[in-house]
Parts: sequence; C-alpha cells; structure tokens
Amino acid sequence: MPVQESVASQAIRTRAGSYLYYRHSLPVRVMHWINVIALTILLMSGLNIFSAHPALYWGKSSYTGRAPVLEITAKEDADGNLIGLTRVFGHEFVTTGFLGASAGPDGDVVPRAFPSWLTIPDTRWLSMARRWHLFFAWVFVINGLCYVAYSFAARHLKRDLAPTPADWRSIGRSIVDHLRFKHPTGEAAKHYNVLQKLAYLTVIFVLLPLVILMGFAMSPWLNSLASGWVDVFGGRQSGRTIHFILAWLLVAFVMIHVFEVIVSGFWNHLRSMVTGRYRIEGEAADETAR
Amino acid sequence: MKLPARTSRRRFLARSFGAAGAVVLAGCDALSRTEWFPSLLGTGEKLSEAVHHLLAPRKAMAQEFTEADLSPKFRSNGTAMPNSVQYQALAASGFAEYRLEIGGLVEQPARLSLAELRTLPERTQITRHDCVEGWSAIGKWKGARLASLLERVRPKPEARYVMFYCADPMEDDGTGLYYESIDMDDAYHPQTLLAYDLNDKPLPIANGAPVRLRVERQLGYKHAKYVMRLELVETFEGIEGGKGGYWEDQGYEWYAGI
Repeated sequence: MPVQESVASQAIRTRAGSYLYYRHSLPVRVMHWINVIALTILLMSGLNIFSAHPALYWGKSSYTGRAPVLEITAKEDADGNLIGLTRVFGHEFVTTGFLGASAGPDGDVVPRAFPSWLTIPDTRWLSMARRWHLFFAWVFVINGLCYVAYSFAARHLKRDLAPTPADWRSIGRSIVDHLRFKHPTGEAAKHYNVLQKLAYLTVIFVLLPLVILMGFAMSPWLNSLASGWVDVFGGRQSGRTIHFILAWLLVAFVMIHVFEVIVSGFWNHLRSMVTGRYRIEGEAADETAR
Repeated sequence: MKLPARTSRRRFLARSFGAAGAVVLAGCDALSRTEWFPSLLGTGEKLSEAVHHLLAPRKAMAQEFTEADLSPKFRSNGTAMPNSVQYQALAASGFAEYRLEIGGLVEQPARLSLAELRTLPERTQITRHDCVEGWSAIGKWKGARLASLLERVRPKPEARYVMFYCADPMEDDGTGLYYESIDMDDAYHPQTLLAYDLNDKPLPIANGAPVRLRVERQLGYKHAKYVMRLELVETFEGIEGGKGGYWEDQGYEWYAGI
C-alpha cells in the first residue's frame, strides 16, 4: 500500500511541522473574558431597563411634540390575544413572540419589550436590572481602563493593533480574502490582519468609550459636569437612543467576531484566548518559537 | 492515541464554556433572588455616588432650559390623585387648610400655609425631569428654596437628612404613604425647591399639588409629590423600611443621580 503510506507520512509531517506560538498575553486573555461576561450582562440587563419604558426619542426630552423614533408596544386583538407591535419611524410591524409580547418565564404571553431569555433578570424588574447594570458597568469600565493602560505600557497597541504601512497597502486584498473566508496561514497568522486591527481599534477607541459616555449622558448628576454638554449629542433622550444603537452595534461586532473565529479555526482561536498558544502550520523560525 | 485526547479535551472545554454560560445566564435569576448578591451589586451604587461627588461638585447646577424646550404637557407618573379622604378634603378646599409641617432636629419647628410658603425667597427654573424608567420631560418650576426654609427652622448640627412625608398612599388599602429623603448638601442646593407652580400655573394635583420637591440632578422618584411634612433626622434607619424612601424600600437606589 505505497499510496496510503505516503498520505499517512505527510499527515505526520504536517503535525510535526506545526508549532504553538504564544499569541495572547495573560492580561489580555483575562481582560478579554472579563469583558465577555460584563458586556453580556450589560446588554441583557440593559434590555430589561429599556423594557421599563420601551420607546426611544430624539431630543432633550421625551415629550417634545414629536413621535418616538422607536416604540415597542402590545395590544389585544379581537380574540383577546396579545399582539406585539414595533414602530420604527412611524412604520408598524407585528413582532409577537419576540418584541412587544412574548412568553414570560412561566410560559404565559405577557406584554414585554424584549423576551425573557434576552433579559436579566428574566422578569420585568427594573430595580434589580439597574443593580446588575450599574455594578457591571463598573466592572466593564475598570477592566477597560486596565486594558488601555496595559496596551500602552506593554506596547500591545503599537506592536499588535496599530496598522503598519504594509497593512494599509493590503487593505483591498484583505477585504477580498475576508469575503472568500480565506484566512492567513503560517507566519502571517501571527499578526492581526488589517481589517481585524481596524475593527478592534474602532471598538476599543470609538464604540466602547461612546457607549460609556452615552451612559453618562443619561445620569442627571453627571449632566451637571458642564451645563449643556449632553446637547452636543442632541440631548439626554438622544443620548439614550445612541446608547441603545451602540449596544446593538457591539452585538453586531461580536457576531462578526465569533463568526470569523469559527471560520478561521474555532478551537485554535479558543485555545489561544485561554492558554495563549496558537498553532501555526509550518516550520518554526528559531527566533519566534517559544 | 493523541487524537482522542485532543477530542476529549475539546469536549471538556465546550462543556466548560456551556456550563459557564448557563451559570452566567440562568444563575443570574437565582442570584437576583438571594439576599447577599443584590447587596453585593449595590456596592456599584456606593462607587457611583462617590465618583459622581468627586467629578461634579455638590454645588454644580443642573442644566436649565428655555421656554422653547418645554414639554407640551408635563407627564404625570405614579399617583395622579391620592387615594386618601384627608387629601381629597384638602384639595376640595383649594388647599386652604394645608399646613406644611417642619420638625425633627430643628431649633424652631414651623407650620406654614401655602400663602406663607409663597412669601419665602423663591426661584423659577426650567429643568428636565428624568424618570428612572427612562423618559424625560421639561417643565418650568417655581417654588420656595428649601435652603431659605431651613434657615428659618435652624437645623441642629446632628441633622443629616431631610425626610419628606407625603399624602399619597401607595397601597390600595390606603397604607404605604410615599416618602423620600435627601442629604443636607442637596437640601441647601440653590435649585432644590418646594415647588408650588408648574408652567406658570398652580401645581396640578396630577403633578403633586399643593407642593412637590424638586431635587434636580436626581431621578424622578426623589421628587416627592403631595409633600405634607418635613422632618430633619440623623438617620433614616427605623423609618418605614429603613432605606430612606418608598422606592428605596422596594430595592431602588437611595442615590438616584444615575
């Protein structure tokens, strides 16, 4: 069986020709997973808080004479069944089962903006949702400050995240590669690609600081920091709307992030974010093997 | 036998992640119903309060708006008509018999009619009312400065909080009268008012007639409506649920600046 032998030996060579590369430092790994927990709780408790007044407005107040930009409500049909309704810019959609009316933890359909499986706590419970949200907001903020401080101090930002001139030149090819689900291998897999760097930088330095700032915009006490600063963003109710939109942009980022992780080697990525070690196919160059 | 080891490690990892997810998501609801976990989460409130007081001085002013920003109709929330015979009798006479009592840790307890309250140094301000539920409304308030009332009754040095006792029962059986409390820094803040006018008219019953508290820079539930009696105290332990307010006793934060 010479053919089979040759296939088998090739497989062994490939195994032997790969090595584990130390990709993520311990602080980055720890802060990544703290972030996963904090952002999940912030999203889910935030949706519970939203459910206390499931409407979003543009302006300084909710009652300006203009209609809300988004409204999630419920009404009863002729047979007494609850119908969930979502109105966006005046367009009405029936969203029973998901938005407006859905089954609570005990199985009965009740009026609620988001379904119980998406909220913390599972029931409509504003005071408890606020406790979760405002505690994990601190976990998230402190973790984020530690991350930014670490990234500068350990040169993580400059070494791993800042796009290089070569990155900028490769942007077109990187877009095409992503669309084909083609991912870097060998030496190139040791670095983030340019789209990845730009996505991470946008999340770390634009979306996350902005979502925190829009949280501040909702605090009546922090409004007094400088009179009228909230109006830069359109007013407190606009700030609340932006906070909500940013939360979903972060969800969109996480979905793309997890999708990319899955299609480019789920277990390899997962291991590298747990143990730090990422398997690179190809012979190790002496100076980089660790 | 390398592959089976890898597979079982991965299966273990997958299970660990699944289990961790289940603990975070399903466990949250069990944790919410314990005694200790919500109070652990409550440390976030203490941290927010400390940091807020560090960032924005106690005397910092809440944003004030223009007539153009006024909400067409100032929303009434919670009680719109107190379910109380005594209150309704007071309202029927146009609050002629109303007397605001100020007592507790003061040198000079007082009882003021609405007319007397209107003679105290007043302030008019257009401010935004932010409900804990998430909505905001802008209204024009006129009222007696709480600071000037306090100067008149002269609080004793040990007084740390002002309690506000209201006429509106929160339970259907007429019990659970609404109440609130603020600290002395907020009590002396220039924008803290006992408001009797809303949008240039006497305060409507739905918005807390005859007098409601305005404590700008805190959420709506601090702005007690139907205020009948003020008491200066050293601590609110032992008063009702001991948390300093009706909603506080139900689990809301005493510090409502966030």
